[in-house]
Amino acid sequence: MSIIRGEEMVLNIGPQHPSTHGVLRLKVKTDGEIVSEITPVIGYLHRCFEKHCENITYEQVIPYTDRCDYIAAMNNSFGYVIAIEEMMDIHVPERVEYIRVIMAELNRIASHLLALGTNGLDIGAFTPFLYMFRDREYILDLFETVCGARLLYNYMWVGGLSHDLPVGFVEAAYKFLDNFEPQIDEYNNLLMYNKIFVERTADVGVLPADVAINYGVSGPNLRGSGVKWDLRKNEPYSIYDRFEFDIPVGEGIMGSVGDCWDRYWVRIQEMRESVKIVRQALKQLPSEGDIHEAIPRKIRPPKGSIYKRTESPRGDLGYYIVSDGKPKPFRVKMRSPAFTAMSVLDEISRGWMLSDVLAILGSLDIVLGEIDR
Amino acid sequence: MINEQVAQKLETQFPGAVIVQEEPVEDCIMLTSDQWQDVAKFLRDDPELKFDSLQCITGVDLGDENPMDVRYNLHSMSLLHKIEIRIPVKKDNPTIPSIEKIWRIGDWFEREVYDMYGIRFEGHRDLRRMLLPEDWEGWPLRKDYETPQTYHGMVVPKVKS
Amino acid sequence: MGYLEHKFEDNIIVTKLDKLLSWARSTSPWYFQFGLACCAIEMMAAAASRHDLERIGMMPRSSPRQADVMIVAGTVSIKMAERVKRLYDQMADPKYVIAMGSCATSGGPYWQHGYHVLKGVDLIIPVDVYIPGCPPRPESLIEGLIKLQEKIRGERPLTKEKDA
Ligand code: SF4
Repeated sequence: MSIIRGEEMVLNIGPQHPSTHGVLRLKVKTDGEIVSEITPVIGYLHRCFEKHCENITYEQVIPYTDRCDYIAAMNNSFGYVIAIEEMMDIHVPERVEYIRVIMAELNRIASHLLALGTNGLDIGAFTPFLYMFRDREYILDLFETVCGARLLYNYMWVGGLSHDLPVGFVEAAYKFLDNFEPQIDEYNNLLMYNKIFVERTADVGVLPADVAINYGVSGPNLRGSGVKWDLRKNEPYSIYDRFEFDIPVGEGIMGSVGDCWDRYWVRIQEMRESVKIVRQALKQLPSEGDIHEAIPRKIRPPKGSIYKRTESPRGDLGYYIVSDGKPKPFRVKMRSPAFTAMSVLDEISRGWMLSDVLAILGSLDIVLGEIDR
Repeated sequence: MINEQVAQKLETQFPGAVIVQEEPVEDCIMLTSDQWQDVAKFLRDDPELKFDSLQCITGVDLGDENPMDVRYNLHSMSLLHKIEIRIPVKKDNPTIPSIEKIWRIGDWFEREVYDMYGIRFEGHRDLRRMLLPEDWEGWPLRKDYETPQTYHGMVVPKVKS
Repeated sequence: MGYLEHKFEDNIIVTKLDKLLSWARSTSPWYFQFGLACCAIEMMAAAASRHDLERIGMMPRSSPRQADVMIVAGTVSIKMAERVKRLYDQMADPKYVIAMGSCATSGGPYWQHGYHVLKGVDLIIPVDVYIPGCPPRPESLIEGLIKLQEKIRGERPLTKEKDA
């Protein structure tokens, strides 16, 4: 019997496709149903972030950082403002630090909810998506009371915040957390331990730890591969060293370490940790303090450059900022975690079925705005 | 370990690779581009250095006639230290050895720098434009870039009244 | 009233075919799920639990061939522009376009230095309703959709167009 070789076919997914999370094009080479190579074509959402930064002042950059990663806007501007603060040697009041942490962690929960919901959606589970969006709306409500915007906040400023917490925020936040925590178990029942979901994700798209590090993958994707690495613990910035929380890592409960299911599981556990952090921060939040106190009148960092990275919901978010002492940045480069996660897609989806590619893509949690910038 | 110590170590290993700065303004290591691939491999594999994660590659156009810089931020996850490496390249016909085989993430970072500055990375497996369309002209992040008026018949600058 | 008065049984309605058609079209404009950027997240939020677009007859479709309304939600980059045009051409008539957010309307925050951003989707395809905001809240999206429904209801698809 002769060996029958299938013909290679190039399949084009996107740029408009319901499960590419935006505008991404994948050139997939397949042999029958088996994927042999993927070439991601990006840039369909290139919005010239870095060019804008060179033409506007330091404070005007903040709204653009929000728009880069529109799912976790707070975390993105957080990274930028603490980079500038470090350059200018500004120390912000305690209250500001706490509020920032609260906002960043709430946004992390919201971001993970969206990531998990759409991950389920990609592989055909529609209902969990609705549940997760329901809870995400409550977080957006909280943000709305604080700064008036639902999605893009422009809330963190260099040296302070745009608004103080409104009256009743702390109670509302506690109420949200109390309601939210039991919901996590509901998601688990709905999706995580669902037989179909497990079959689709366990042992699929395994990302070994050394490959992940070599590709610069970070955040939940790296932790899913069993590497205990979290900048909040390993390189504490802001006041993260004051809180107690764990770093969940993938353990291969359903399959092997580093599969899609592990990445999903890490996100779920991270939401629990974020809830813990928010609770501690709410408890320690100082009641006094002027949030506008440390805002400088002129933002002109001294000549020099800085590379500062923080832990955004998607991983190490770095800003490389070059200042020439003028009111406009000389160069701002954003090192986005989704960019590196995207580059590993080819490596880990070879040999899988076409339908698994979408499960893998969903589990990497990419945001195109941040990849293309 | 900080930049200076690493620079000394590199100087003894690879004589002539480090550009000595007269008055160092910033905390970084300046390298020449010719031995860069060997230096990079050494940085990754030396047990005292172990820079296992390449965080970022940034191109910087210093304006006017100055050379452009390619800046590498290297971090070590196991030893928790970091350095910054800068390699100047000429503005006309800028080339630099590629390090994408040493850190695989360099692949995409280098393509992005190529896309924005037109710096060619020699030895890169697939150096194409990444974010902009393939037939786009010019290097947008160079300081002297001028926005094209049209692209495939579409108006680029704002013209509406 | 005349000859037809009180001549019909229950559940029979008399109307113009023209009106019936536009009424039918207006109450179930299925939209093309076409997320481009940040605004797409608000579009998803509008379709999800709290705002629930399906109660006004809107249902997301993933293929342009099945959709009536294209919601351009987000920044149209120049690389994407040709695809947007092609997707619009693939939709079956009657088709409508909503430009959601300031990016789709005019380039939004990227109007000045965005060398790779199309300054408004109306440069390549005709737009029926513009929704301002960056991003527009789901409520504004719903408002825009209702405006579109009003527009469709006013159409007379069968009547001969008067010469201008
Ligand atoms: S209008 Fe604003 S929110 Fe909408 S896509 Fe543009 S930048 Fe994003």
